[in-house]
Amino acid sequence: MRNEILKLLGANARYTVEQIATMTASTPEAVEAEIDTLQKEGVICGYKTVIDWEKIDATTVSAIIELNVVPKADLGFEEVAEKVASYPEVEAVYLMSGGYDLNVVVKGKNLQEVSRFVARELATIDSVTSTATHFVMRRYKEMDVKLIETKKDDRGTFLL
Amino acid sequence: MIDYSKILSNTVQSIKPSGIRKFFDIAATMDDVISLGVGEPDFQTPWSVRKAGITSLEKGKTKYTSNSGLEPLRREISNYINRKCNVEYDPSHEILISVGGSEAIDATLRAIITPGDEVIIPQPSYVCYEPITALCGGVPVIIETLAENDFKVTPRQLKNAITKKTKALILPYPCNPTGAIMERKDLEALAEVLRDTNILVISDEIYSELTFAEKPHVSIASIEGMCERTILINGFSKTFSMTGWRLGFACGPKEIISQVTKIHQFAIMCAPTTAQYAAIEALKNCDEAVADMKAEYNRRRRLIVDGFNKAGLTCREPKGAFYAFPSIASTGLTSEEFCERLLEAKHVAVVPGTAFGKGGEGFVRASYCYSTEHIIEALRRIEEFVKEIEK
Repeated sequence: MRNEILKLLGANARYTVEQIATMTASTPEAVEAEIDTLQKEGVICGYKTVIDWEKIDATTVSAIIELNVVPKADLGFEEVAEKVASYPEVEAVYLMSGGYDLNVVVKGKNLQEVSRFVARELATIDSVTSTATHFVMRRYKEMDVKLIETKKDDRGTFLL
Repeated sequence: MIDYSKILSNTVQSIKPSGIRKFFDIAATMDDVISLGVGEPDFQTPWSVRKAGITSLEKGKTKYTSNSGLEPLRREISNYINRKCNVEYDPSHEILISVGGSEAIDATLRAIITPGDEVIIPQPSYVCYEPITALCGGVPVIIETLAENDFKVTPRQLKNAITKKTKALILPYPCNPTGAIMERKDLEALAEVLRDTNILVISDEIYSELTFAEKPHVSIASIEGMCERTILINGFSKTFSMTGWRLGFACGPKEIISQVTKIHQFAIMCAPTTAQYAAIEALKNCDEAVADMKAEYNRRRRLIVDGFNKAGLTCREPKGAFYAFPSIASTGLTSEEFCERLLEAKHVAVVPGTAFGKGGEGFVRASYCYSTEHIIEALRRIEEFVKEIEK
């Protein structure tokens, strides 16, 4: 059942416990308990809403920064990754295979603010050897949610 | 001025048009209609199937196939039916690939009916059986299935409907619109009645993969003594979300299938070639995709049945297809009145049960081939509507 609960909450965090119970042929109490356990285990880490800020005219800029890092002897990349993740400006941190080490998503009010953050806070970290900043021009899809015009249901209203 | 009514076939003219025309017209004037009225999946055809179709076009596979359909596809269908229903059909002589399950039904009825023959049709059920029977010169004999029997055909009903003129029984399970299924014991009881007769069974199993009972779908063709008298009809529309591809099949004794193929050959030549190539991929590699879709339908099924019952509209659990068939008797309205007023007041579209036969009076059909969010919103409005009527 826990996989079904995760699938449902992953698709829509606003399903009520009663709705999930109905859909999984369970009881609200059992669903509540399972969600609790999943939260305690750290499987469910948080509930976030996907927002298209551009639509309400809020100034916001996102950038994807590629960091190259010299890993530490015992800790590998952990120490740097944790330090980067601790900044509130940083939305996401991933350790990557391939041409660079850490993929960092940064959000700021404007280009200058993001650039300043990268230059002052990320580039200056001891083990960081280089940064490459790419600004997001347009967001089309995020967390499996389409931000662009969604396709209309082109089936008729009735069909036998 | 030509009087066309004197020229057109009397039979065709006497067939009543679909009962939901006026709902189409009303709904067309509204902006934000939340429909629960369609009868086709909201899922896309699995990508690998679409890719197989596209690849066949790129390779120039655009000629006619043999009348019966591509041999590799007939082999896959034979394996599939054997695996799912435990019945063996020889792909060379006992399987015809058709333009949807619809054409298979039409060609089969044309192959077996001599004018005056009676065809037993359970209702409420899909709207095509009665008119096609009439167009062949057959006489539809209706069995009204009842909610108290979970809309199954009972052996007593069958016995009472059989006369010397009975040629065939149409058995559409899982059933549109009721969502009813027939389990092994139900089919064995009917087989008891039919075994020593010359009556054929046309088993429309198009919703076979959407069975939500403990045990998987059972075909009447697998019951002892029934294979020789059953034409098993199924297809790709509902299982693989391939409604627009128009692909189905008929399986049966070679003596019957050869005649059905003859009609198919003259009327259609062959089913769409692109669809046939795509279907091979579907049968080979899409078990997981089908299981995922079925799990999603099941979640929605539970949601919609619970929602109707909470709204005060008794809804028995449908164990097949993707329809709920709640009773609206508690509102005191007729099916048509309910649907019209729900559409006007709340812009929610459901189909009156009477569109599927007289026995559908007092019921409405709601499809759950929509997202859960869509279903939740529709149920919210329906609950409001029922409360408002009660006042």
